[in-house]
Amino acid sequence: MKAKIHVTLKQGILDPQGKAIEHALDSLGFQNAGNVRVGKYMEVDVNETDRAKADAQVKQMCEKLLANTVIEEYRYELG
Amino acid sequence: MKSLVITQALLEQHKLSEDEYKKILEILGREPNWTELGMFSAMWSEHCSYKSSRIHLKKLPTTGPRVVQGPGENAGAVDIGDGLCAVFKMESHNHPSFIEPYQGAATGVGGILRDIFTMGARPIALLNSLRFGGLDNANTRHLLKGVVSGIAGYGNCMGVPTVGGEIVFNDIYALNPLVNVFCLGIARKDKIFLGKAAGVGNPVIYFGSKTGRDGIHGATMASDSFDEEAAQKRPTVQVGDPFTEKLLLEACLELMSGDCLVGIQDMGAAGLTSSACEMASREGTGVELELADVPRREPGMTPYEIMLSESQERMLMVAKAGREGEVIKICRKWDLDVAVIGRVTDTGKVVLKENGHIVAEIPAKALADDGPRYDRPSSPPAYQEMLQALNHDTLPDVKDANAALLALLDSPTIASKRWVYEQYDHMVRTNTMVRPGSDAAVLRVKGTNKALALSVDCNGRYCLLNPYEGAKIAIAECARNLACSGAEPIGVTDCLNFGNPQRPEVMWQFVLAIEGLKDACEALKVPIVSGNVSLYNETNDLSIYPTPMIGMVGLIEEADRTATQWFKQAGDVIVLLGRTREDLGGTEYLKVLHHREQGSPPLLNLEDEQAVQACTIRLIREGLVQSAHDCSDGGLAVALAECCVSGTDGRVGAVVELQLDGLRRDALLFGESQSRIVLSVKQEQVEKVLEVAMNAGVRASRIGTVGGSRLVIRVNGDQRAAGCTIDLDVTTVHERWALAIPRALGQD
Amino acid sequence: MNIGVVVFPGSNCDHDCEYIFKDVLGQSVKMIWHKDTLPAGLDAVVLPGGFSYGDYLRTGAIARFSPVMGGVKEFAREGRLVIGICNGFQILLEAGLLPGVMLRNTSLNFICKDVYVKVENAATRFTNRCESGQVLKIPIAHADGNYYTDPVTLAGVKANAQVIFRYCTADGKVTAEANPNGSLDNIAGIMNADGNVLGMMPHPERSAETVLGNEDGRLIFLSMLSAFGKSEQQSRLVGV
Repeated sequence: MKAKIHVTLKQGILDPQGKAIEHALDSLGFQNAGNVRVGKYMEVDVNETDRAKADAQVKQMCEKLLANTVIEEYRYELG
Repeated sequence: MKSLVITQALLEQHKLSEDEYKKILEILGREPNWTELGMFSAMWSEHCSYKSSRIHLKKLPTTGPRVVQGPGENAGAVDIGDGLCAVFKMESHNHPSFIEPYQGAATGVGGILRDIFTMGARPIALLNSLRFGGLDNANTRHLLKGVVSGIAGYGNCMGVPTVGGEIVFNDIYALNPLVNVFCLGIARKDKIFLGKAAGVGNPVIYFGSKTGRDGIHGATMASDSFDEEAAQKRPTVQVGDPFTEKLLLEACLELMSGDCLVGIQDMGAAGLTSSACEMASREGTGVELELADVPRREPGMTPYEIMLSESQERMLMVAKAGREGEVIKICRKWDLDVAVIGRVTDTGKVVLKENGHIVAEIPAKALADDGPRYDRPSSPPAYQEMLQALNHDTLPDVKDANAALLALLDSPTIASKRWVYEQYDHMVRTNTMVRPGSDAAVLRVKGTNKALALSVDCNGRYCLLNPYEGAKIAIAECARNLACSGAEPIGVTDCLNFGNPQRPEVMWQFVLAIEGLKDACEALKVPIVSGNVSLYNETNDLSIYPTPMIGMVGLIEEADRTATQWFKQAGDVIVLLGRTREDLGGTEYLKVLHHREQGSPPLLNLEDEQAVQACTIRLIREGLVQSAHDCSDGGLAVALAECCVSGTDGRVGAVVELQLDGLRRDALLFGESQSRIVLSVKQEQVEKVLEVAMNAGVRASRIGTVGGSRLVIRVNGDQRAAGCTIDLDVTTVHERWALAIPRALGQD
Repeated sequence: MNIGVVVFPGSNCDHDCEYIFKDVLGQSVKMIWHKDTLPAGLDAVVLPGGFSYGDYLRTGAIARFSPVMGGVKEFAREGRLVIGICNGFQILLEAGLLPGVMLRNTSLNFICKDVYVKVENAATRFTNRCESGQVLKIPIAHADGNYYTDPVTLAGVKANAQVIFRYCTADGKVTAEANPNGSLDNIAGIMNADGNVLGMMPHPERSAETVLGNEDGRLIFLSMLSAFGKSEQQSRLVGV
């Protein structure tokens, strides 16, 4: 099974990178762009056929390593 | 104002005692509201009010002919001539770094940088003192990597070089690492800026990043001990943005180059609360702020949240009335948020409004300066005598000195820190004459012929065994590091890391350490001009070793008259200044080879120390030495090994002969007697060097010669000397010492 | 010589470049804010090192859109000298003034240390004071210095002698061990086809003074002056 994982900073946590990109977009004329949040995208193959087990494993991966839950949140799709 | 039911639980949540609350009632003449309670809680926290330490800190010597600004401002300043000042301070970010090592360390760097440029100084150097548990612990490895990349991430981006530092690994710090950061900047003596809200009617201007909900109550967290539940405190960690701070730095220096600025302070611990009340209190004025005008990152923030947010990269400034336009223009040039949020008043009060309605009103001085003061009880711990007792007769003397030396060089505390400092940009600004890896960093001061030497130091184990002697040694060793660069010490900053002050044994350590710092500073004639106290460094009821970290600045009058620690040339003669005694207590040797942290720390005679340092400085200034290195952790044998292998352009061997003179072999080789410096001297200058030392009353012995590809140390004396010869290939010595940390991290 | 040093938000070697050209080599230096236009009368433009826009998104990715960059491109098209050091090199790549991209160092860490580079082409306006094959000791300080380009571009760059510096050992051997960041073919610096735009990761401005213990980097700046027909003697030598 393949997990597609998105990790982003939690709402309310300062995103310096997003802020700088938003500013650059603005100066390039994209005045409609706002609230840029930068995240990470990861794909992980999970060698597991049981969906519930795979789900539990991916959740653990996120909690333990892939996301820093102090400041980041994550979501994923299993397919 | 909304009324509030003050409960015991609410006070506990705000870490205010019942007596403290009574004092608040007296000051206000009424019950505080929610916002006011939060403001008192932050300002009266240990971190902001120094309530347990202040009466003791008063004893420290803080004056001297060079002192331009002593403690109490954002940083201290000392005169270095040519119309310039060195502005410097050291600060801790221990608790945040334990919770989130990267951001904790990064924002620690950000905070100390702001303290320096707020004074009108351009930061030119960062150093750091770190304490971790043993590297065999996976969490320690994670903390080390996170802290180092956090320091690198912030400092490198700012373009301020991290030129030196020190790291000690000891299990006592495993659950309470220490991250202390030192910063130094250069300012014109006549252009020092202070945190003063002067001039009634002048505008109060906010600039920098927007205010978010991050770090609310960071100051109270820093005044808290840790337990297993520490994770729950995570939301208070702030995220650093070095890019914005770089813009803030340039904007500040541009603002300061004109004459529109009256006073300025950064929003550090306790954020807008501390900057507003401290600026008013220093000047005896008041401020009135409209919170609706504070730039905010998130909607729906309450006055409580706005006043206590510790969002990073923010400044508060008082400008001359009518000059707001200039200030706003410069801030906008640097893409910073900026807003006039209030005025200076003559009421002596901090008055906060939200859309015109008063939401808090507190006398500024009461909040900033009239916090509680405690003379907390102190008594030596019950285990102190046991700690100090060390019967040498029960210790077998060293049998294989080669193996012992290699084991010491493999100890991460002694080993090369190259893995760490290669991640720091230590050359940007092109001032770094001596890079990390020598006793002290040396930076030239552009526009002058001078250079500054910088060093940070503290042996926490010595301080545990004898807080008074340990603190004395911290000062002496820091100054000795500077002396080895030919620099005369001109100022000190300290960062006093201790456990929970409500424990009498911790207070006992603190009070004695202050006495030690005082006596050593007075003897070496160097004032303490800034500092920071970090208490409650304990986890699960276990306190760290008392660790009064010292940062010291030395002046080199002629930049080309300096020295580094490594041997330069085959044929040079090795001279040892100072006397070796039987000092085994508290040594790294005892810890690594005998697994004991016991005994009395080495004896330090401040007069001898001063003589050795003055002699070394003189020899370097007269161009008589090729290298100078102080003996510290691991003693003479480790110092000699470092002289052989720490050079930037390769390695060289040495042949040394020592006299046992009735000492134990291990004490001679690995004991940590103080006031000793290893010099290398050109053959033709040896007589002159010995003469200068003799005239200065300093014992100097010719102990060997630089050269070859082996480090050989022979010990002459009675038959007990048998078996304690050191004879190792310098490549082996180098490999052991240089790769110890990568090896421990699994990256060799 | 009239030198323009561009200041991007986050540049941090701008003062160092100013110091070398002005205080050490006695040239006239103008600092150019990235939102301004390039002033007339410049003989060379320096894109200094640092963290323009905090290195956010990709190194140099946002700076290439700074207003001043239009003028820099025009200046380069006219055949005048442009040198990009470290982050300046990264910006030149993103702006398309030089071919290729920078990847993260293979160690994934920021690396600050002295390295050795071999001068592969001494017949350029940036290296005419060096000898071909000469080894220079110059420090690096970067996290993204791992140069990469496609094989076709690489072949073209090599065939055209546009590779100017390659990481090497102290005695000039171009080996994997001497490569600090995983850079393709040990490339440390390249030039455009016209020979007037140089990008290099090492910082010559950090190794151009005796007081700092190393003067190798000075050769790059002296070469630029020579290319302008000025010898070191003619230039007013001040500073250390």
